[in-house]
Amino acid sequence: MVTLDAKIPDGSVAEKWDNHKFSVKLVNPANKRKFEVIVVGTGLAGASAAASLAELGYNVKVFTFHDSPRRAHSIAAQGGINAAKNYRNDGDSVHRLFYDTVKGGDYRSREANVHRLAQVSVNIIDQCAAQGVPFAREYGGLLANRSFGGAQVSRTFYARGQTGQQLLLGAYQALASQIAAGKVTLYNRSDVLDIVKKDGEACGIVTRDMLTGEVHGHSAHAVVLATGGYGNVYYLSTNAMASNVTAAWRAHRKGAMFANPCYSQIHPTCIPAADEFQSKLTLMSESLRNDGRIWVPRGDDDARGAAEIPEDERYYYLEEKYPSFGNLVPRDVASRNAKTVVDDGKGVGPLKNGVYLDFAAAIGRDGVEAVKERYGNLFDMYERITGEDPYSTPMRIYPATHYTMGGLWVDYNLMTTVPGLYALGEANFSEHGANRLGASALMQGLADGYYVLPYTIGDYLAPKLGDTPVPTDDPVFTESVQAIDDKSRQWTSNKGTHGVEHYHRELGKIVWEHCGMARNEAGLQTALKEIPALREDFRQNVKVLGSPDGINTMLEKVNRVDDFMEFAELKVRDALHRRESCGGHFREESQTPEGEALRDDENFAYVGAWEWKGSDAEPELHKEDLEFETVQLTQRSYK
Amino acid sequence: MSEMLNLKLKIWRQDGPRSQGEFLDVDAHDIPVDASFLEMLDVVNERLIADDVEPITFGHDCREGICGTCGVMINGQAHGPEKATATCQLHMRKFNDGDEIVIEPWQAQAFPVLKDLMVDRRAFDRIVEAGGYISVPTGTPQDANATLIPKEVADTAMDAAACIGCGACVAACPNSAAQLFTSAKLGHLNVLPQGQSERWKRTEAMVETMEDFFGSCTNHGECHDACPKEISLDFIAFMNRDYVKAKIKNRSLASQ
Repeated sequence: MVTLDAKIPDGSVAEKWDNHKFSVKLVNPANKRKFEVIVVGTGLAGASAAASLAELGYNVKVFTFHDSPRRAHSIAAQGGINAAKNYRNDGDSVHRLFYDTVKGGDYRSREANVHRLAQVSVNIIDQCAAQGVPFAREYGGLLANRSFGGAQVSRTFYARGQTGQQLLLGAYQALASQIAAGKVTLYNRSDVLDIVKKDGEACGIVTRDMLTGEVHGHSAHAVVLATGGYGNVYYLSTNAMASNVTAAWRAHRKGAMFANPCYSQIHPTCIPAADEFQSKLTLMSESLRNDGRIWVPRGDDDARGAAEIPEDERYYYLEEKYPSFGNLVPRDVASRNAKTVVDDGKGVGPLKNGVYLDFAAAIGRDGVEAVKERYGNLFDMYERITGEDPYSTPMRIYPATHYTMGGLWVDYNLMTTVPGLYALGEANFSEHGANRLGASALMQGLADGYYVLPYTIGDYLAPKLGDTPVPTDDPVFTESVQAIDDKSRQWTSNKGTHGVEHYHRELGKIVWEHCGMARNEAGLQTALKEIPALREDFRQNVKVLGSPDGINTMLEKVNRVDDFMEFAELKVRDALHRRESCGGHFREESQTPEGEALRDDENFAYVGAWEWKGSDAEPELHKEDLEFETVQLTQRSYK
Repeated sequence: MSEMLNLKLKIWRQDGPRSQGEFLDVDAHDIPVDASFLEMLDVVNERLIADDVEPITFGHDCREGICGTCGVMINGQAHGPEKATATCQLHMRKFNDGDEIVIEPWQAQAFPVLKDLMVDRRAFDRIVEAGGYISVPTGTPQDANATLIPKEVADTAMDAAACIGCGACVAACPNSAAQLFTSAKLGHLNVLPQGQSERWKRTEAMVETMEDFFGSCTNHGECHDACPKEISLDFIAFMNRDYVKAKIKNRSLASQ
């Protein structure tokens, strides 16, 4: 029986991080150059970690499947990044950001981790401003802030609607400086297909060069995964096309436990799907909810255009149900309410699959110019995609999968259950509980990479001084290299019937239908039968053309879908076992009389971490009980 | 259901950097007008796969016009006919039934074709590595509000920093020059107070690295017209001025 030791430091919640920083082992500056660290992924978490570790003196190897580190999907984050700066004098503090994050996560996160996140949030803004991130400014030259999705203070910093891009470019530039300094070696267009262990510890990875098809082992003293979330298990999501669970899943198969895979965040403001050919969904920043009013026609199956529906026949359902938060209720609440009205036949648009987000009031109050200044690029994007002008017609929006709170289980040091293997950013499970607040993903990714891992990794490395990394001609590497090469040849000799997109789409339909915005016992049981059947069909009948010895986008994708096929089953299993509703996990059997998520703290106040037991065996559930010393557990209410 | 288009496509196919390429003619029937350009290519690919033909390789990822991975020449125009729009955000409603569309990769010596429509743009990373950063190791710098930055300055920096590094500027340029890309990064960092200490060193190093890979600018302005983020030509002028100053300043600094 494995025990999950979160290694939470002693002291009050506010003292834990300081205590920990003092108690962890340090690596002497002159000795840091004797260590090799592999970082997989170059999004906010990966790029910031790699740059920071290299600045400290470690030798870093960075891997990305993109052509350049700057392409990672963090680049697409729009809205902003939270920090407890209290620049607006509106009552914000580290404690309030901590409290809001624990509450927003529906009490399924670790207090100690969240408090640390709130503490370092202020450093992130200072660091990014120093790097030259062009945050929005007031006329006087001070940084501008806005309030964002579910917060009652203005603590969100932003760079137009491109905050993720600018923060990522800051981290990418820091990384570039370390590449130029020779402290970081960059391996681009490299697909990480295995995590290698020796004597129980992570000692490297195996990659496929996406240009030549060659499979290689790479060794190091520690391996850091910053490989993002699993949102593309739904096929349609706001994730980039290549975002995948492969590195995390293959780490899971090597012994890293996977925590809370049932938690997915469904973002309330995305452009509704238009047709079967749709390849992804596009998010419209939720900052739009600051000024847009959400409504549907009061009557069912109303065929009139938005302009023809008089005011008293419009149902502003969020404003009516939640007078104090209105359109700014947290993402899960906004999403479920949209689903309810659409399921009731009040949906709008050609497929009746959306709700209106209306800016007429804001334009009337502040003028077109002010609205354009705030949201111009988002409005332009909406018009390009839909062909409709949101200045004159309300936008149509509908929820879509956006972010995944679950991930590899990590302790307070961000180490997985495999010694020497770390998980950062969206790839881990820790800070957001069952629901992430807006503008907190960027904060967490950068916190992990700039301010947490650089402190905690030394504790693991210090005793290894003098050890040389396992050579890549060791059987642990060569056997894995051979297995991956064989598998590639096996896939490309599959003369099946359907392409890989077909299977991904089918998988997405099952997961969205039964493990999407609302889940129930019967649906989850159905999914648990349908997924293995589809997986079997996929493995037998998927068609992969071309050669493994060169660029082959079908081969890249087939590996990813193969892992999603296994991951989906674990996700459903986790959703089935968690017979409560919390945050992004809504079990229809567990709701309040008003239809809100009803937690069961007595039985489910824990992190569910799953252990891989082999392809033919059921995974084993381990529980890390969550203890709340500072925050009082309450039913969330946004009335 | 969406309205449908029937199109005649000529798509560039090329096995690798040293292979001879050729156009593949595709009759793309029943393409929905609401599809994006890349979704149209997805549909074409699914049909090719059904016929046991290898799909067309093209770069793409976010499909929101921000990651900069995608980009092809569409009837000779980088990213196609719609202004300020990356290929992934271009939608088929901008085309007419019966149109012939020629689809080619970016063409520049510094961007060798890897396969079909996918090119190698690593030269851009080399330019950034030459100095496209502010040296501030992770730590505890001063408070973010300690230096006031007027809104106009922050806005100008943001205008430049909006570059997505897609390479359309190079592809559109008759000289395959990378002035717009390089000047956007320099414009971002050189206008900010934080960027001043390394300004002259950065400018000289980035411009000269750029010249190792790319052609020379002769002020055609095609780059700006093709740019999905509408980066201003003013940044090129700003870079040129800084480069001249840098050559003098860096020399006098060295002699001190």
